[in-house]
Amino acid sequence: MRFALFWIFSVAALGGSIGVVANVRNPINSALNLVVTMLALAGLYVLLEAQFVGLIQVMVYAGAIVVLFLFVIMLLNLRGSGTTGAEVQPLVKIAGTAVVAISSFFLLRVLSTGRAPWPDVDPSYGTTRAIGEALYTDYVLAVQVAGVLLAGILAAVVLAKKRLD
Amino acid sequence: METSTVFVALFIFAVVVLVFAPIMTWVERKQSALMQDRIGANRASIGGIKALGLIHPLADVIKMITKEDTMPTGAHRFIHLVSPFIAVTPAMISFAVIPYGGTYDLWGAHVSLVVADLDYGVLYLFAIGSIATYGSMLAGWAGNNNFGMLGSIRVSAQMISYEVALGVTVIGLFMIFGTLRLTDMGVLQEQTFRVFGFMEYLGWVEPGTRWIDWITLPMWGIVLQPLPFFMFMTAMMAENKRAPFDTPEGESEIVAGYFIEYSGMKFGLYMMGEWIEVVVISALLAAMFLGGWTLPWLPEQDIIAFLVPKFGANIANLLAMVLAVSVFMGKVVALIFFQMLVRWSMPRFRYDQVMNLGWKILLPLSLANIALTAVGILVVKGVTGR
Repeated sequence: MRFALFWIFSVAALGGSIGVVANVRNPINSALNLVVTMLALAGLYVLLEAQFVGLIQVMVYAGAIVVLFLFVIMLLNLRGSGTTGAEVQPLVKIAGTAVVAISSFFLLRVLSTGRAPWPDVDPSYGTTRAIGEALYTDYVLAVQVAGVLLAGILAAVVLAKKRLD
Repeated sequence: METSTVFVALFIFAVVVLVFAPIMTWVERKQSALMQDRIGANRASIGGIKALGLIHPLADVIKMITKEDTMPTGAHRFIHLVSPFIAVTPAMISFAVIPYGGTYDLWGAHVSLVVADLDYGVLYLFAIGSIATYGSMLAGWAGNNNFGMLGSIRVSAQMISYEVALGVTVIGLFMIFGTLRLTDMGVLQEQTFRVFGFMEYLGWVEPGTRWIDWITLPMWGIVLQPLPFFMFMTAMMAENKRAPFDTPEGESEIVAGYFIEYSGMKFGLYMMGEWIEVVVISALLAAMFLGGWTLPWLPEQDIIAFLVPKFGANIANLLAMVLAVSVFMGKVVALIFFQMLVRWSMPRFRYDQVMNLGWKILLPLSLANIALTAVGILVVKGVTGR
């Protein structure tokens, strides 16, 4: 069961991410493929006993961020007007090739280590309570800094608004 | 998967999807008719039997299935086809975590009246709800219609805005219960607390004063967090896009909004999705704020203990189970009725009013509620020592 689910989610994640980059003509299709990828990744997280991370993945990435992508695409009405690759800068091409080469190198290294067994963890691992305790005891500084960043975003909006008025 | 889980899943599917959604159309018609001093649905009949208009849902389904299924020119065919399903599926699978009762021992089997008793139950509902946005926003875009586009843009902005408030309003409740699991919440809400118990701790009355022990309230979410109950319900209703939050549909401005290009059963799926969502909202509110399947001042264990000598353990458990499901359904029906009352009493909000309500009223109030609740929990813990 778990094995079958792993393959379903993996294939969906890979297929979705290929769909994101292959759909150069239609940005909406790209965004929808991104949703599939996000959902498949969430499924993989849940399989790895990290249910909380999986759900946050669905809520934040699939449910909010890609919705915003779609919102912008719809608002600008980018229907059928994408770059086809001809006007991409050579530097961007080189950078892209480099990224692909480096990540394939690491992928090969990971794959050559052989099959890792399924994680055998105690039931409290990955629960909301465990994550909450870790966040508010061990990583409380990071949480606070993230809060300050949020306040910074709001402040930027307020300041920019005043300038506009 | 255990057999009992399959049975529970089938039961929920049968009750919710096959019974509730069609009945809801009838209830809505009849209730609005009552409120507007009309007779309401009374024409459809099978051999002269009208059954108070209960045949109408059947007539609706036949009409919707036999209607022409249109595909507008210039539409994105695939997305246009799948959007109604994306819209209706999240509403249906939400029921997986709703508890209809506790756990009961029936003839050796351990029956739990929830399909998936997840540790992160409420979060699952929020995650599923955030996926539901796609069904609506893609529908308007895929139909190649400007009114539909406007509807989609409104729907995505509205749903994203209210998702923020939706999550923040109930954090106070999570802080008090210390769990996201809906079954645990139900069990916790069985307890009662003494309303004037604080007077004993403060030394205002003699320890052992009897009248303090008599005046108790159940630890329901609505008692502990009265304001978030209403804020949460408002946010959920805004997520569901029904009146008075139906600016994405706004007939007077954008004809029908995001589902303007749909006909037949595809349109019907959007309607069904909304109605099922009404049931989800009511079930979630009942489970989180109104004590779930429990009766106030009457713990389930006491009921079973009272029934065991009369009927034996198995029948006693069965009776308690039936009682729990009926209590839960009663609460759900009452909340559905309330939502429909709101729908037919309030005029549609203007779009800026919807946004102001979400960002400038609900969000600040719920943030303040978190701070107040935190202080309250600390005070209670400090005074009672637990």
